[in-house]
Amino acid sequence: MALSKIWVLAEANDGKVTTATLELLTKARSLADTVEAVYAGGDAEAIAAQLGEYGASKVYATGDLGGALPGVPVAGAIAALVASGNAPDAILAATSYVGRDIAGRLSVKLDRTVLTNNTDLEVDGDKLVTTEPVFGGSTDVRTTFTAGGPHLVLIRPKSFAAEPAGGGAAAVETIAVPDSGSSAGAKVVNRHVEEREGPSLDEAAIVVSGGRGLGEQEKFAMIEDLAKLLSGAPGASRAIVDAGWVPYSYQVGQTGKVVKPTVYIAAGISGATQHMVGMKGSKNIIAINKDAEAPIFSVSDLGIVGDVNKVLPAVIEALKAR
Amino acid sequence: MNVVVCVKQIPDPADPGALDPSTKTLVRSGKLILDESDSYGVEMALQLVTAAGGGEVTLVSMAPNAEVSGLRTALAMGAAKAILVSDDALAGSDALGTAKVLAKAIERVEGADLVLTATESSDGYTGTVPEQIAGLLDLPSVTFAKKIEIDGGTVKVQRQTEAGFDDVECPLPAVVSVTAGVVEPRYPSFKGIMAAKSKPVDTLSVSDLGLDAGQVGWAGAGQSIVSITEAPAREAGEVFEDDGTAAEKIVAFLDDLKVL
Repeated sequence: MALSKIWVLAEANDGKVTTATLELLTKARSLADTVEAVYAGGDAEAIAAQLGEYGASKVYATGDLGGALPGVPVAGAIAALVASGNAPDAILAATSYVGRDIAGRLSVKLDRTVLTNNTDLEVDGDKLVTTEPVFGGSTDVRTTFTAGGPHLVLIRPKSFAAEPAGGGAAAVETIAVPDSGSSAGAKVVNRHVEEREGPSLDEAAIVVSGGRGLGEQEKFAMIEDLAKLLSGAPGASRAIVDAGWVPYSYQVGQTGKVVKPTVYIAAGISGATQHMVGMKGSKNIIAINKDAEAPIFSVSDLGIVGDVNKVLPAVIEALKAR
Repeated sequence: MNVVVCVKQIPDPADPGALDPSTKTLVRSGKLILDESDSYGVEMALQLVTAAGGGEVTLVSMAPNAEVSGLRTALAMGAAKAILVSDDALAGSDALGTAKVLAKAIERVEGADLVLTATESSDGYTGTVPEQIAGLLDLPSVTFAKKIEIDGGTVKVQRQTEAGFDDVECPLPAVVSVTAGVVEPRYPSFKGIMAAKSKPVDTLSVSDLGLDAGQVGWAGAGQSIVSITEAPAREAGEVFEDDGTAAEKIVAFLDDLKVL
């Protein structure tokens, strides 16, 4: 049994729809007859073609939010749309800053639970069933909704492959943002962009991540060097992000980014469940750690029990010599 | 400046335990500790009260079996008092049910200017509770704060983003979620630990909050677990002790993959 309609919360940067959104549209197409998008931003016309190509027949657009954080206004607009009798069976969003904020607010507006951190979604009989990996991905928990729709689901990026369906541009329909009074008072007054060279952590074919085993902050330069030599992106464990060695945007794991590169190199990372969730899906994993009992070796294809401060410089030297 | 901090007491993450096959919930039989993610909010709150030159920090928590050990840790850091909601009816609560309980408890704190939470707990990590609390209290909110400053009736927040961070301004009262690692949580002093023992912890039931038991716990949860299965394990490959040839092995491995 297919669902009749799914809404996907679309996100875009600089006029380009995020990969996570395209993944959700692709999945939604396989579950429902009609897929529509909801978008918060002033450039809906610009992304309508991309949304349509991946299966959305329509995009409900709030227009520019004037710097307001999207949680309150977008949840208000969606709730109003639902109340007008136009409810979908399910609303999907990515586990992202925007997705989590809107889903949390929406769950209160609709008095519906929101199932989070999922990596799969299926229709089983008349039920929508989600899959969430727990304990570092060693266990899968499948959950269903007990109340009526719309069902709210947050899905981790990279859970599905994004495949175009070849549809025409989605029709843009402007939706009203209801006045939420002072609860909508959070406004962005300035944006700061941290410049990073090379491919993004999300999209790099090779990711080199460092952890506490590096010993000190200055040694993270080796991670940057190796990543650059391999045309990859540097990443980090939560331990060293919490310690302030590198910004949060480097973090791989449950709380950070999920990566699935061709090669993942974990240097001085023991493999806390927190971290494993974010990198276990990599095609090939190389781990370097002093402790032979470190959990990271249970998922590595090539494991080196040794000192990262000896092994990494040798690898860097060997690569430079080529 | 009165700040409420939502804190969670969780099983020690070093021993994450298991799911109970009959109830399908996390086994919480062992000692519970203060979620490290919450220690940053507690520290931030204490600093804001100090900077404001007055006021106090109140903790709000929900826990099974009247557990207080994690709360005592935060009280020892300097929080003035705590509200603990503990009730058998809470078992099985989903994120929204949890938020309903915390929101009701927060409403009992008089004159709260700011509510701080972590961005997500270290055991359930839904990451939706801060926005749900704000929604239930009809307050504005800012998530993923790395820096918080109070300027009159406004909270100024540096909010983490994919690309860097945004400066966000928000009228008070507000709910703000604090990212882990952004401040250095103080260690409780001996004096603080002794003082914490006599600080008030107001223990309440679900009905004390004026909530119906049907809104929380299993009864109120809009979800039910279908199955718990072992995920396909990733096959471990070869592990070598570094004998000086580790770099060679790594380069050869990369060569085989044709990524060089």
